[in-house]
Amino acid sequence: MSDFPWITTLTLVPLLGGAFVIGLGEQQQKAARGLALGCSFVALALALLIWSRFDSGSGAFQLEERWDWILNLGVQYRVAVDGLGLLMLLLTALVVPMALLASGGVRERVPIFAGLVLWLEAGLFGTFTALNFFHWFLFWELSLIPAFFLIKLWGGPMRGFAATQFFIYTMAGSVGLLLAFVALRWTLGTFDFVELATKGHEGALSAALASKVGPQAAQWLALGIFAGAFLGLAVKVPLVPLHTWLPAAYAEAPSSVTMLLTGLMSKMGVYGFLRLLLPIFPRETQAVLTPLLWLAVATIVLSAFAAFAQRDLKRLLAYSSINHLGYCLLGAFAAARLGDASVAPALQKAAALDGVLLQMFNHGLTAATLFWFVALIEQRSGGTRGLDDFGGLRKPAPVFCGLMGIAVFSSLGLPGLNGFVGEFLIFKGAFPLATWAAALSAIGLLMTAVFLLTLLLRVFNGPLAERWVRFPDLSRSETIMLGVPVALMLVLGIYPQLLIGAFNNTVLAMIRGMGS
Amino acid sequence: MLAWTIYSSFLGAALMMLLPREAVRPARILALFAALLGLVIGLAGMLEGTPGTVRDVVNVPWIPSLGVRFWLAADGISLTLVLLTGLAAVAGVLLSWNIEHRVREFFAFYLVLIGGVYGVFLSFDLFLLFVFYEIAIIPKYFLIAIWGSTRRQYGAMKLALYSFAGSAMVLAGLIAAYVVAGGHSMGVLDLAYTGFPRSFQMWAFPLVFTGFAVLAGLWPLHTWAPTGHVAAPTAASMLLAGVVMKLGAYGCLRVAMVLFPGGMDPWGFTVLGLGSWREVFAVLAVVGIVYGATVALVQKDFKFVIGYSSVSHMGFVLLGLMTLNVIGLSGAVLQMFSHGVIAGLLFAVVGRMVYDRTHTREFDDLRGMGLSRAMPFAAVTFTVAGAASMGLPGFSGFVAELQVLIGSWGAFPALALVTGVGILVGVAFTLRALQQAFFSEASAPTASNETGHLDPISVPERFGAVLLIVASLVIGLRPSLLLDWIVPSFNSPMFDGLKKVGGLWP
Repeated sequence: MSDFPWITTLTLVPLLGGAFVIGLGEQQQKAARGLALGCSFVALALALLIWSRFDSGSGAFQLEERWDWILNLGVQYRVAVDGLGLLMLLLTALVVPMALLASGGVRERVPIFAGLVLWLEAGLFGTFTALNFFHWFLFWELSLIPAFFLIKLWGGPMRGFAATQFFIYTMAGSVGLLLAFVALRWTLGTFDFVELATKGHEGALSAALASKVGPQAAQWLALGIFAGAFLGLAVKVPLVPLHTWLPAAYAEAPSSVTMLLTGLMSKMGVYGFLRLLLPIFPRETQAVLTPLLWLAVATIVLSAFAAFAQRDLKRLLAYSSINHLGYCLLGAFAAARLGDASVAPALQKAAALDGVLLQMFNHGLTAATLFWFVALIEQRSGGTRGLDDFGGLRKPAPVFCGLMGIAVFSSLGLPGLNGFVGEFLIFKGAFPLATWAAALSAIGLLMTAVFLLTLLLRVFNGPLAERWVRFPDLSRSETIMLGVPVALMLVLGIYPQLLIGAFNNTVLAMIRGMGS
Repeated sequence: MLAWTIYSSFLGAALMMLLPREAVRPARILALFAALLGLVIGLAGMLEGTPGTVRDVVNVPWIPSLGVRFWLAADGISLTLVLLTGLAAVAGVLLSWNIEHRVREFFAFYLVLIGGVYGVFLSFDLFLLFVFYEIAIIPKYFLIAIWGSTRRQYGAMKLALYSFAGSAMVLAGLIAAYVVAGGHSMGVLDLAYTGFPRSFQMWAFPLVFTGFAVLAGLWPLHTWAPTGHVAAPTAASMLLAGVVMKLGAYGCLRVAMVLFPGGMDPWGFTVLGLGSWREVFAVLAVVGIVYGATVALVQKDFKFVIGYSSVSHMGFVLLGLMTLNVIGLSGAVLQMFSHGVIAGLLFAVVGRMVYDRTHTREFDDLRGMGLSRAMPFAAVTFTVAGAASMGLPGFSGFVAELQVLIGSWGAFPALALVTGVGILVGVAFTLRALQQAFFSEASAPTASNETGHLDPISVPERFGAVLLIVASLVIGLRPSLLLDWIVPSFNSPMFDGLKKVGGLWP
């Protein structure tokens, strides 16, 4: 059984399941929901199985499957997981069933909705495991189509605009990525991420370009290729100033879809930075590292202020997402910096990258849970979700407020909850490596606390408005469903080693690969 | 065996005229049968051949005094396009199942067109190739002029005049080549090995290339394409965009580039920064990509969007040809196949599924109809076709464009960047068309009463659409099926001259 293609199976389960679910008739709502949920649980079980077969003592790629595919283009079907990939698989497998459970508000064309969610999951699994640009890009784009339709068909009043804007922005980024990798294929002759990373480590890119266009132009061309790839990934995360598609998309999408967008799709961008950009372009990254760090700082600080100014729960959380992903990039860029020997760079880098990976998982879990709560609020309030429309909800709905409060505190990084560990590690690593950037980002931390506490105050405390006296508390089944992610937040806050142990060796291998 | 693709089409056309006038159903079935036969023979030709060889099918003297032979042969490039023709022909018949007016003649013209196209792709004698090329023009005119829609006389005449002007240029070039080579043979291989004087190639290449490229939609000579596509009945636009435009591109590659590779050498001076015909045509191709996409973005008529998108996509073919490296050239051939399938699909949705039911193609009218609910099959088909058309991975268009892009990074890096802009605009216009036509909610409440009477999508339509979708998906996921045929073809000594000019041959 050791050669069983676990990863391909994992991708195929939601892909085929989605095709089947979409084929169901409009009336078979219950069957569609049940089947989709079943598929996502099978995927979760498979992901856990992959975890159990994963040897965390090694940072290498494991469970590899490799077949020749398009010989003329040198394309191989190559999938494998390392600690980073595994972490993302687990997160995906966890968040998708959460989103499906949270999609009770969707009542139209349910089979298509559930099928598209499964296809999105398949696209994510594929993206997080592919090691060849060809099918990595296939899955990267494959996930975009369901996301577009999920916003377009089930979104709020401005959904058409939001979906189009989201699609065009992301496609613009994708074209940049495509052009960059086509150029890489032309200069280095391969689409394979591992080979590209080896060549990047050796500085083969500028050398190969220099032999083709001369050393002067090569430098600029290499930076241009880097910029193309950067664009594609930065839109997805997103980095300021490429983030303007995000608030509209997150706010207009139904909350269950926003869970997927923020919990998972934003991770595709960060994953791309870690898997593609930093390993393949170490020198180019070095050359523009200072501007990159400033971009990360700007993302963190500006989005925190923007979140503070929001009056819509979903938009507030959308900006908060940008803010939290900014920390990931701060950590990643800091880890890419060639530090001076005095600060024991390898140790700091390991801390920063461990923090980044942990933060990816934590943000996925926490943000998805928060949007789930927003989905429940919307269901109970008939669509109202303004920050100022509520108040005093803790009286009629104490359990609701308690659980959501834990999620909010996890998001603002209270020690003892999962959010804290990741951010702590990022700052621990980033301070010695990129002191000013880290120091300025701390403003973001402060603002996060301010706007999240404001949220708690406005919604849960204060005088109870007449219309919310009958605001229903969580039912027992809802408590159980939401209790799982909240419990996970506590577990990971107290015992982060559960995840760090799985990916620590991968992080060390990545740092060796970046060549400190 | 492969020659029967041509014979069966012409035979089918002849039989068609023997049917009684009111025999509508037998006419359809006969046309479907003839088209299927062509597809099956094309597939069989692939199965029995070996990649990398030129296989003679028929080679007998025809006009001995001129050295003209009836010479049909096939290499991987021809076979790819024969297969495409078969697919488009079958899908075209399935999607014209609803034609009621002069059915017999419609399908007779249709089959003559198909036969001519097969003939062009299989001819290795340039005289013969030219004859088939002209045969293909005539039925196009009648198909549009008789069964067409919007401004059909104008569209048909414009198409015919452009085609004839192009042919005249080709003919002049071919005769000159024949005379310069000594007047012994019109065989493409004989002429390719002749080694024409450089000064001769310098004017013959642009002449013949442009002549063929008119039909391939080279900017700024593309203007026949949108009007012709829009005026044509569905099956004819499917063939026009799907196959006839490929005739032009095929001629550029097989005739102009093979015979006069020296015409692509640098001039030795530059005009506006361009130093050779190769660069001129590459720039025109990229202008076509961006221009076609941009114009498609602002169209009000659904079919015009697709018409201009063809101009944009054919730009990739011409750009791929001008890269002169194997990856770009094979990308160009693959793009011919891919665009043939995808354009066929798009026209099938717009012309047959939407227009024949709603009798309008204006976005302003379609917006209010809520077509995604009224015609879910059409909406899904267009979504899939649109995804393929915007070059999403998994579909044939992606592999083809990817190869063309890799090739052009090697040859013209700056143009590759501009092409990226073209791709992005391509995404935008496809998305816009999709939203406007199918997913608009301008007046969703009234939609149900208004569109309640739309006929459901018929079985032949479904078969035709699924056939094309499957073809695009199969090639997108397993491009080796065709690339294993296309790539070795370029090792033929026929392309030796190109190798020297390209210099980048791996």
